[in-house]
Amino acid sequence: MAGRFVVIWFPHLTTDRFISRQPELKDMSFVLAAPERGRMVIRAASIPAEASGITSGMVVADAKALLPSLVVIDDRSELAGKLLAYLAEWCLRYTPVVAVALPDSLILDIRGCAHLWGGEQVYLKDILSKLNNMGYDARAAIADTIGAAWAVCRYGKVSPFVDAGAQLEALLPLPPAALRLEPATLQRMQKLGLYRISSFIQMPRNVLRRRFGPLLLERLDQALGQLKEPIEPIRPVEPYQERLPSQEPIRTATGIKIALQRLLETLCKRLVMEGKGLRKAVFKGYRIDGKLQQIEIGTNAASCNVDHLFRLFELKVTTIAPALGIELFILEAPVVEDLSKVQQTMWQSGREQADKKIAELLDRMTARGGMDIIHRYLPAEHYWPERSVKVAVSLDEKPATAWRTELPRPVHLLPVPELIEVAAPIPDYPPMLFIYKGTVHKITRADGPERIEQEWWIENSLHRDYYQVEDDKGARYWLFRLGHYDEGDPQWFIHGFFA
Amino acid sequence: MKSEVIERLRKDILAMEGFKLTDESKRLKLDLGPMTAAFPGETFPCGAVHEFLSATKEDAAATTGFIAGLLSGLMRDGGICLWISTRRTLFPPALRLFGIDPEKVIFIDLSKTSDILWMVEEALKCEALAAVFGDISEIDFAQSRRFQLAVEHSRVTGLIHRYQPRNMGTNTFVARWKISSLPGTLQDGLPGVGDPSWRVELIKIRNGRPGTWVMQWANGGFRHSRRRAAATAHKPLQKVG
Repeated sequence: MAGRFVVIWFPHLTTDRFISRQPELKDMSFVLAAPERGRMVIRAASIPAEASGITSGMVVADAKALLPSLVVIDDRSELAGKLLAYLAEWCLRYTPVVAVALPDSLILDIRGCAHLWGGEQVYLKDILSKLNNMGYDARAAIADTIGAAWAVCRYGKVSPFVDAGAQLEALLPLPPAALRLEPATLQRMQKLGLYRISSFIQMPRNVLRRRFGPLLLERLDQALGQLKEPIEPIRPVEPYQERLPSQEPIRTATGIKIALQRLLETLCKRLVMEGKGLRKAVFKGYRIDGKLQQIEIGTNAASCNVDHLFRLFELKVTTIAPALGIELFILEAPVVEDLSKVQQTMWQSGREQADKKIAELLDRMTARGGMDIIHRYLPAEHYWPERSVKVAVSLDEKPATAWRTELPRPVHLLPVPELIEVAAPIPDYPPMLFIYKGTVHKITRADGPERIEQEWWIENSLHRDYYQVEDDKGARYWLFRLGHYDEGDPQWFIHGFFA
Repeated sequence: MKSEVIERLRKDILAMEGFKLTDESKRLKLDLGPMTAAFPGETFPCGAVHEFLSATKEDAAATTGFIAGLLSGLMRDGGICLWISTRRTLFPPALRLFGIDPEKVIFIDLSKTSDILWMVEEALKCEALAAVFGDISEIDFAQSRRFQLAVEHSRVTGLIHRYQPRNMGTNTFVARWKISSLPGTLQDGLPGVGDPSWRVELIKIRNGRPGTWVMQWANGGFRHSRRRAAATAHKPLQKVG
């Protein structure tokens, strides 16, 4: 299948950035320079400077000799990369597949995108005029291959649109430099008088390979579409993604909700057809000013119910700040599961409808309170009270072992046992009274002790002797003594309250 | 003959007062002994919101025990219960003692108290649940009415535990309970602490008769004790703050 690519070239990427930051630089000759092997070398020159014959790669001292009024600004090496990354992010509104080609280009895979703007002419014009408004000098070309688009973008003189399959005709009049070759190869071609691609493209391939190395053939094949050229998109494309560009920037909550509703409908339709449901969805809004606004929801069970998902998003729509307006909405479903899982009953209750309703209720709760508010507990095979329950990982996980019921456990368990003072008559007897938070409790009845040993393979500490005691008012407590009675002064703790 | 007429009239009055008997499937499947006589239509009001007051940690534990007993009756045929609270100290394995499978209780643990009212109301609207427990200290009339409207539609039973409430204004809850622990009863001479035993005060019940009973939890069900209910002195609810 033939591709369709846009290559955008920024001839003055970094200098344009400085001009948009400091408008007074606009008509000045200035260069960006960085030290290289002990001298200042020009990395980028502004348009007036270029007019005076200053190009990148020159030494600053030489340039100053040419033009004494030249302004020199320190270059930051990472600036171009950052700018391109930002612009690539911005270009996501035109296509989901955007790649950065350092040092000064962007590659857009536009298959199936241009018609949304009403054709390639309008599409390209829209991109370039918006980039120009942002202050960037940009050139672009559309072709079936990246190589051809790259070549036409930089060296093309006729039209930026290369018709499908017409790469060869477009390339013929261009210089060899349009093929992204190494400087040494270009120099050799120059020496041999090969000024145009047309002058060597007819030569036998083995001759070209011997004279100019394998890269030339590779670049030629890539430009002509005989060899596929991989690109690395800045965002990996989500398999479940829906896009909705808007004609006018959207600023109102109603508008955002309409966009959300439409995207959900198309996405859910697709999910239903594939028998899948989403567990996580991200709704993104690309603002005019290049900022990204996004909200995220998660569900506890795979769902493709538009109304339910809409309600989950609705709780968060207010957090989207549209500012001057949002011009592109994207809905992504990064986590998708087979829907048949829902058909299995959650708690063997045999009520699928009820389970679904509960799952939806829990989704609304997590959307409001966060993912970590829901807990379910299953028995764990530990006697140590703090470890005797474990958190269930999912809503339909069933206990692997039975709950232990033969020994009493308090309804309220303190998260950490609290120290108490006791008066215990003789070893291994429950205390007569204990003081907890300044109140004296006289113990009238007691059960125990129940000795629980620490699991030495997990943690090293003394064993606990638990007593269930009842004070004179009828309140019941769970107390324990840490360690043996005869080891000096044993400590007593309160660990819970019985019903 | 005369008693039949009176009985029929009583039912008519209840219906006119807006009291709706829950259908058989949603009733509390638990024998509450003589307490049943206090409820309107002699059935425990399901599909309504009950509030439970407690002032001390010990009373809170007793209240939790009593609520767990009620929940076991509500969840008997495989229902799911939501347990919504902010500072939960409930130890799930203890629910087993009251005949509840702890894995059938979903705990919602919130860090902020501001969300709890919304969560409880949302849960009460979900008819698929058997019951909803909420740990809410402060609630005003308007919010209690929202709860009431929610359960009228969904017929879910709500149990609200109010630990150390500051203001006790009017609200629309169907019943107000106060549970405190009592010394366990054991035959003389036997060691140990015996079964949990509570003094159950029904302070307020709409269309019913308030009263005080002594209840025990034994062998997976409530057991009514004929012991004098006033075994411990009645302490008025402690005002805090």
